[in-house]
Amino acid sequence: MGKGWCLFFLFWPVAAVVSCAMAPMVGWSFPYDNAQAASNLGIRIDGLFYLILFVTAVVFVGTQAVLVYALWRGSSNRDERATYTHGNHKLELIWSIIPGVILLFLALYQMNLWADFRIKKYFPEAAVKAPIAEVTARQFEWRFRYPAIGKELQPKPQSDDLYSVNELHVPFGKPVMIQLRSEDVQHSFFLPALRIKQDALPGLQIPVWFEANKEGVYDLVCAELCGWGHYKMKAHVIVESEADYQNYLKNLTQQQFYDGLGKIAANENDSESEATEK
Amino acid sequence: MSVVHPSPTGLQPILKPQAHHAPGNFFTKYIFSTDHKIIAIQFLFTTLLMLIVGGALALAVRWQLAFPWESMPIVGPWLFSAEAGQISPEFYTMLFTMHATVMIFLVIIPILAGTFGNLLIPLMIGADDMAFPKLNMLSYWFIWPAIICFGMSFAYAGGPAAGWTAYPVLADLPQAAPGSGTAQTLWLLGVTFVGFSSMMGSINYMTTIINMRAPGMTFFRLPLTIWGLFITAILQAFALPVLTAGGFMQVTDRLLGTCFFYPSGLIINNADPTIGGGQPLLWQHLFWFYSHPAVYIMLLPVMGMISDMLSCMVRKPIFGYRPMIFSMSAIASLGFIVWGHHMFTSGMNPAVGMAFMVATMMIALPSAVKTFNWTATVWGGKVEFNTVTLNCIGFLSMFVVGGLSGIFMAAIPVDVYFHDTYFIVAHFHYVLFGATLFGVFAGIHFWFPKMFGRMMNEKLGKTHFLLTFIGANGTFFPMHFLGMQGMPRRYADPYLHGYLEHLLPMNQFMTISAILMGSAQILLFINIFYSMFFGPKAGRNPWNATTLEWTAPSPPPHGNFDEPPIVFHGPNEYAVHNGDKDFLLQTEKECEPPKPSDTEPENNTDNDQETSS
Repeated sequence: MGKGWCLFFLFWPVAAVVSCAMAPMVGWSFPYDNAQAASNLGIRIDGLFYLILFVTAVVFVGTQAVLVYALWRGSSNRDERATYTHGNHKLELIWSIIPGVILLFLALYQMNLWADFRIKKYFPEAAVKAPIAEVTARQFEWRFRYPAIGKELQPKPQSDDLYSVNELHVPFGKPVMIQLRSEDVQHSFFLPALRIKQDALPGLQIPVWFEANKEGVYDLVCAELCGWGHYKMKAHVIVESEADYQNYLKNLTQQQFYDGLGKIAANENDSESEATEK
Repeated sequence: MSVVHPSPTGLQPILKPQAHHAPGNFFTKYIFSTDHKIIAIQFLFTTLLMLIVGGALALAVRWQLAFPWESMPIVGPWLFSAEAGQISPEFYTMLFTMHATVMIFLVIIPILAGTFGNLLIPLMIGADDMAFPKLNMLSYWFIWPAIICFGMSFAYAGGPAAGWTAYPVLADLPQAAPGSGTAQTLWLLGVTFVGFSSMMGSINYMTTIINMRAPGMTFFRLPLTIWGLFITAILQAFALPVLTAGGFMQVTDRLLGTCFFYPSGLIINNADPTIGGGQPLLWQHLFWFYSHPAVYIMLLPVMGMISDMLSCMVRKPIFGYRPMIFSMSAIASLGFIVWGHHMFTSGMNPAVGMAFMVATMMIALPSAVKTFNWTATVWGGKVEFNTVTLNCIGFLSMFVVGGLSGIFMAAIPVDVYFHDTYFIVAHFHYVLFGATLFGVFAGIHFWFPKMFGRMMNEKLGKTHFLLTFIGANGTFFPMHFLGMQGMPRRYADPYLHGYLEHLLPMNQFMTISAILMGSAQILLFINIFYSMFFGPKAGRNPWNATTLEWTAPSPPPHGNFDEPPIVFHGPNEYAVHNGDKDFLLQTEKECEPPKPSDTEPENNTDNDQETSS
């Protein structure tokens, strides 16, 4: 029966490796059918992920194989006694130093990526200078405030600011920055396709930058428990060309400042009636 | 202690065990007992009861994820007749909050420190009881106010629904959510009571281990179980006050409006907009300063127990006894400076994140050393696949998965993606269910004969292991894939979001596995209660183990040992030539030297040479 148990313990690592290997083929990997990250930083994050996956896979397969082999040998050990040993200094040094070096390498390797990602000094200058929108999370929706066309985003709301709810438009191919804040409890701004996540902390305004590299409509969800409706904070980020983006802002302006008398193209844009006036 | 034996190392117990009298009637013997073994059994039954509660809550969570908004079978119509048996989103948040709370505060921490700490510390160091038996009794009885608080919080609308991390402002302001009312205050009180209980326990354990060791029991002759519990007690004693302080601040925020964690200018329903001045990040620092070390509080005792059990089951001394101690100490000390890795996305200064990241990467190192040492302990051993061995190996293989997925979390840019997704849920369930609970199951089977004087049933034990292991992997492994696909935690209905729609079948598979795993626990309970009364009688040392508890009768009488033991050497002397035995009890002096071919030249760490620490 001992051998049977060895096979049992062999089965699980094999199943784990097989399911991980086929994950990208059956769509169990990154979102949107394993598509590449929709931001350049995201692609670098994926790279780091695959590097760690490679390292851990080697360690996992190695340790499990040794464990099962040791069990197999041990269960067929007919000697009177097991081997008497209290340890092996050399061996222990080897298996402390090698993982130590690998871990230190991984730690240092990612520093640049992290700095580019989050440390404000390394943010692209253009994005820092002109944040495109203020994102306010509240129970249970996302609110966006854009500056009027041709103006810069001010910390306090301005009379000509543009507003929308649950739909953020950004241009692709250039770094953009948003100012993230929360109106009530803690939320988290999570864009799975772009590998972006940042908590929205009440009382703080946190800058987040990203650069989408392809057009598309991506889900924006809340990743921090914010109350009973946490699961339904459903919004979209629409990544479009610069021209479409400017068009969108123009439409938004027209809708928002339509005085009810003039002939304004707002009627043609019923699909964007979600944009609300505040 | 009537006779004081001369100690080979000159070490005497500094503190005389308290002369408490043998119990008289039923009440002093079984209810308000000061005997550490009875308290251990009280802890065992209480935590097992809570395991059922926590497990049921988990199954309800899994039901919602597999069959969202469908009436829960059997209990649904009875519990929520108003919603036609449906789980409401408010109730769902309460379910996972209380699942975590019950499992962490009422199952894992008390079953390790309470049950195994109480049972094993005096027995393994050769003392006749804890240093403070009455404090010990009190530490058990403080669990009950906590249970009552948590239980009462169910009665208030929604129940506590801010997650077990109780992040402000959601948990700080009664108006923030349906579950943030009185239920949340009761929840905080419950956590504080558990904290008192743990604190009393850890003071007792530290004092007992430092002062009441038998003659000859130097620090480097302590079994690794005791080392695990000792380091845990130290962690507990230094980290817990911070959480308690934070908890008090949150209670005063809620009841007196002190606003430690509540910033100005928030717009929440009918809350007073003029108050504020606090900072929610402060809570996160205070909370994780305890709750990160708590992960090791939930793991280190198991690491110690596994070392002793594995060594016994493969009949080999533990590979690298001292490195095992050093790596446990390293895990504990690094454990104090890595709390920030829970906060990479929190808005904390990102530059600080780098320091936390390097420290977190480094914590993987001692864990790796321990894994390699356990594997090396199995290497060259004689393995018999009984229930204890199986659970030990189950621990080992699941700990490897949980440990390796931790490396993804330590890498900040990757963590940012995985933070608050199911990848994290997979990681900590592999560690806390996979590793800790398999260690606990092994421990229950291993020390059951010492607790009750009878053996547990092997067939039932093996079946229980088999089903639990299959169920656990079936439930927790797919969580990695859910995380990869970006499914956030704590979603009552993830399928509302387009990119998560296709995950329903995977969640259904996991729920079926979880039901299998949950029902397998019935076998454990049958086994425990049947074997308590009808199991074959166990002698003093049914496993041919070496540590001191096995020299006492099973179960040990009041005062534990026939005569106070004297210790001559380290704890894991297996594979030796001791007459017709292959092991040497810690109290046995003589032994033929092992054949030269059996020893390796590098190994001259003979524990007999150790001086007193």
